[in-house]
Amino acid sequence: MSQSLATTPPAPADAPAYNPRNYLNAEAGIASWLLTRDHKRIAVMYLVVTTLSFALGGFYAMLIRIELLTPGPTIMSAMSYNRMFTLHGVVMIFLFMIPAIPGVFGNFFLPLMLGARDVAFPRLNLLSLYLYAIGAAIAVYGMIHGGADTGWTFYTPYSTTTVTKVVPILLGAFVLGFSSILTGLNFIVTTHTLRAPGMSWMRMPLFVWSIYATSVIQILATPVLGITLLLVAFEHAFGWGIFDPARGGDPILFQHLFWFYSHPAVYIMVLPAMAVMSEVIQASARKNIFGYKAVAFSSLGIAFVGFFTWGHHLFTSGQSTLDAGIFGVLSMFVGIFTAIKVFNWTATLYEGAVKFTTWFAYFCGFLFFLVFGGMTGIALATVSLDIHWQDTYFVVAHFHFIMVGSVIMAWLAALHYWWPKMFGRLYPEGWGLVSAVLIILGFNATFIPQFLLGNYGMPRRYYSYPERFWPLNVASTAGASLLAFGFTIILVYLAISLRWGKVAGPNPWGSRGFEWDTLSPPPTENFLENPVYTRGPHDYTEAPEGAEVTHAT
Amino acid sequence: MNELMRKLLFLPEQGSAYATEVDRLHFFVITVTMVSAVAVAVVALAFFVKYKRRSERQTTPHVEPKAIHEVLFIAVPLTFFLLWFAIGFPLFVKLQTPPKDAMDVYVQGKKWMWKFAYPGGPSGVDVLRVPAGRPVRLLITSRDVIHSFYVPDFRLKQDAVPGRYSQTWFTASAPGRHQVLCAEYCGIGHSAMLAEIIAMEPAQYDAWLAETRRSTVATAQDSPEDRVDPRTSLSEQGRLLSGEYGCFKCHTVDGTRHIGPTWLDLYRKAEPLQDGKSVVADEAYLTESMMDPAAKIVAGYQNVMPTYQGRVPGPEIAAIVEFIRSLRTDAVRPEPSKGPVYVPVPGYDPTSAR
Repeated sequence: MSQSLATTPPAPADAPAYNPRNYLNAEAGIASWLLTRDHKRIAVMYLVVTTLSFALGGFYAMLIRIELLTPGPTIMSAMSYNRMFTLHGVVMIFLFMIPAIPGVFGNFFLPLMLGARDVAFPRLNLLSLYLYAIGAAIAVYGMIHGGADTGWTFYTPYSTTTVTKVVPILLGAFVLGFSSILTGLNFIVTTHTLRAPGMSWMRMPLFVWSIYATSVIQILATPVLGITLLLVAFEHAFGWGIFDPARGGDPILFQHLFWFYSHPAVYIMVLPAMAVMSEVIQASARKNIFGYKAVAFSSLGIAFVGFFTWGHHLFTSGQSTLDAGIFGVLSMFVGIFTAIKVFNWTATLYEGAVKFTTWFAYFCGFLFFLVFGGMTGIALATVSLDIHWQDTYFVVAHFHFIMVGSVIMAWLAALHYWWPKMFGRLYPEGWGLVSAVLIILGFNATFIPQFLLGNYGMPRRYYSYPERFWPLNVASTAGASLLAFGFTIILVYLAISLRWGKVAGPNPWGSRGFEWDTLSPPPTENFLENPVYTRGPHDYTEAPEGAEVTHAT
Repeated sequence: MNELMRKLLFLPEQGSAYATEVDRLHFFVITVTMVSAVAVAVVALAFFVKYKRRSERQTTPHVEPKAIHEVLFIAVPLTFFLLWFAIGFPLFVKLQTPPKDAMDVYVQGKKWMWKFAYPGGPSGVDVLRVPAGRPVRLLITSRDVIHSFYVPDFRLKQDAVPGRYSQTWFTASAPGRHQVLCAEYCGIGHSAMLAEIIAMEPAQYDAWLAETRRSTVATAQDSPEDRVDPRTSLSEQGRLLSGEYGCFKCHTVDGTRHIGPTWLDLYRKAEPLQDGKSVVADEAYLTESMMDPAAKIVAGYQNVMPTYQGRVPGPEIAAIVEFIRSLRTDAVRPEPSKGPVYVPVPGYDPTSAR
């Protein structure tokens, strides 16, 4: 745990800006962390566990890319390869992308942005972290004892007839679902009940709006996944005939149930990324968002329409032609809500005062991946183009752009933007920019060849491939190595900055987001006085009064 | 232009007219996408250069968008999205609607090979010969898990789902070879589940087909568990299998009403159902009725048929369906009756069926 580093305050004489009485050193000892109800400490623990999961998922990804370096067998057998891509998907989706931004930054900043002292149910918040740990432990047990070879989509009847250990992985994901539901519930209640005086709905930071929309999806969609995964586990373990046609079941039913959750789950991942970016762009441009209401309500629009697009995963399954058409059109409406956000973010730069920082670099990367990934999504929704691309590397590249790309960009932007608030110290800006460039280039180098591979006709989940696909696969693996290198640099400099970083002060960026109104790191009770809000967030019409911006009283 | 774009985007060759049409939409979408992505980037860059931060104490005006801005933000992309859909969806409908004169081939995926069966024989593994220029309808199913029949050159893909038949079609524009891949993950042999479509000159194809059917030493490529002689025609196999499975205890082939509906002229007939709806007895319905007889019961009949789920393997279903399709009165109508009103089934005796 990092508290021994971060909680050592600098001598007050050296750093008057460092808050000596903060949430990190308020209590000491492992028990004070494991039994804490402080949303900020829970967020820091989420940061540790999700980062570990990301490293594990990244390790699997590198093994996959190395295996695909040559058309035939390279370093592992077909069975190991099938396990690798399954574990890569399961770990990255259930253990990293779904919980990462809500668990870390949602937990830490949602109460701070609303002027609350904590989330509505602090104990429930700790429980959701424990459920995460239990779910992860069950899944890791499954990985060590055989692993699963079904792909993260668990398509039946393959998943119910395979000899590998799918049941622990399914149960792990089932438990993780409860963690997700409880976090969502907590955020919804917090937003409704714990807003400080003056914090009307139309003054809420856009981060809160998006996290709120995410939470709605989490509590509505996740139960369906839980039920579906249990049914698969029962069929696998006891031979119930639910999805396997040889036992009287319907394999396509599984796909409908699975995607009814897993398509909205894409927005569970992307909406928090959009939440972060709405804050980052305003702080970068030092200007209020262009079209607050449009951005706020488009989050709810995405959450709503996202429930009616699942059938676009089934265009080639034999679903009726009319269904395919309806799901195709509805999928485009999600694109419209995303387009609204993209245009409003870009227009926020107009008349602003833009500064190029590491987190602004990640914003640019995010915008690129979102626009390009989103447009390929629209292309996929035109139905006839999807027929060629379905289950090829084009789809792999598409969701790695729109989902993974935007989440990673947002996660890194959030980490850099809020690092001074969370730990009271600055990261090295030069190294930050170098790694941002490495990561954005590496990401493109990894996945642009995969778009082309998909065009060329290479299906996904291929252990070996015809030789015509070779050069593009080599390019993709090279890009992935660049990516891994970039992440390593970040890990090193952030770890160093925890102890040796420059002391940041309460508001090093001059941001007018409400979370910056308190000290860095924040005290356990979040604010020294109860905050009252008289204006919206990110109001830059007046010059700052002094070096320190305190909350409005 | 077509060739240049195709090569730039690494698209495979266009093996059918449909592929060329889909690619045209692809080029349109990708061009607009690129132009608009670059436009967003240029605007962002221009703003960045123009509105660079000059001082840390700099203030900015509070800008609120006019309604027209938000309307444009919605209307412009929506127009393009719907335009693409308006082009793309009819193409999909076309792919879902095989022409009436298409020749049929039954396709069955199994771990890890593709089996092809022509209604009149023969059947083969991993090589499908078709005549160029003639539409070919594929009736696809799977024996074990879900597979997906993918031909990049035809921009065509259809899942092979166990217990169901799904269909798609293509017309190869010229003689040539086209790779078939499995696109739905199906286990350790997934990436080795490759096959080939060989499009031949129609005359050559006809000669090949006649020769293969005549040949008595044709290599039986089917797996040992197939119980009927794969060298006979598919409908003949279906007739034998129907007897073996006891279908004739309840179904007649001469138009007479019995415990179940007759099979004569059943194919493509609109059958009224108990719940007042009606259903066209196509391959999908016939297969469903074997797997789940209670799902759609024809009006006037009892729900007495047992399920054949798991008892009849995929190729045998294909054979039985093909047999039902062969039972037509078209051949002798519309002239006044000159003989039997159905195609006689040689050697068939319903009373001896076990």
